[in-house]
Amino acid sequence: MPRILGVDIPGEKRIDIALRYIYGIGPVNAREVLARAEIDPALRAKTLTEQQVSQIVHAIQEGKYVIEGDLRREIGLNLKRLQAIKSYRGYRHLRGLPVRGQRTGTNARTRKGPRKTVGVQRNPNAKAGTH
Amino acid sequence: MSRSLKKGPFVDRHLASKIEKAKVSKSKAPIKTWSRRSTITPEFVGLSFNVHNGKIFNLVFVTENMVGHKLGEFSYTRTFKRHGAHTAKAEAK
Repeated sequence: MPRILGVDIPGEKRIDIALRYIYGIGPVNAREVLARAEIDPALRAKTLTEQQVSQIVHAIQEGKYVIEGDLRREIGLNLKRLQAIKSYRGYRHLRGLPVRGQRTGTNARTRKGPRKTVGVQRNPNAKAGTH
Repeated sequence: MSRSLKKGPFVDRHLASKIEKAKVSKSKAPIKTWSRRSTITPEFVGLSFNVHNGKIFNLVFVTENMVGHKLGEFSYTRTFKRHGAHTAKAEAK
């Protein structure tokens, strides 16, 4: 298992697929990086030589891609900003509800997570007969 | 799709004139407005607005970070109602 840029350990896959295990590198960026590094995308990740790995690393760093920790931090800061200025979008992020105006009566499960059934909560102090 | 840059940010004309007046007179009084659709431009920074939410006017103090958002984003139109026990405390609200 070769390591590219520290933590990422892509497996026995084609290098163009394996690069996508880096946070911030998707299908398009992976192809771009390989073109820049002049490496055949069909090669298996484990067959790469030291030199080819360093070519890839170089291509990523030269390409000014925001990846891994930096990208995560950038996203976090964006959310923080929205929440700090109390915008509607920040509030929706806080609440874990859809941000872009989707319906929430049904669906929205991606944001809301698994269904939570809420039973009827009775008032322990209520007089018998009411409610 | 985002707005064409050629047009510049949208600010309702009536609101723009109110802001100009406030800038000239250096008044810090909140500007009452219904124009939730107006984009916050750098001229807005430091002023406060009473932005209508359909029912009441919410006070919004504009800071630098808010530039580029719309005024309406800061004046919520919905209240969050939760389920829960019918206790005296909850009923009082």
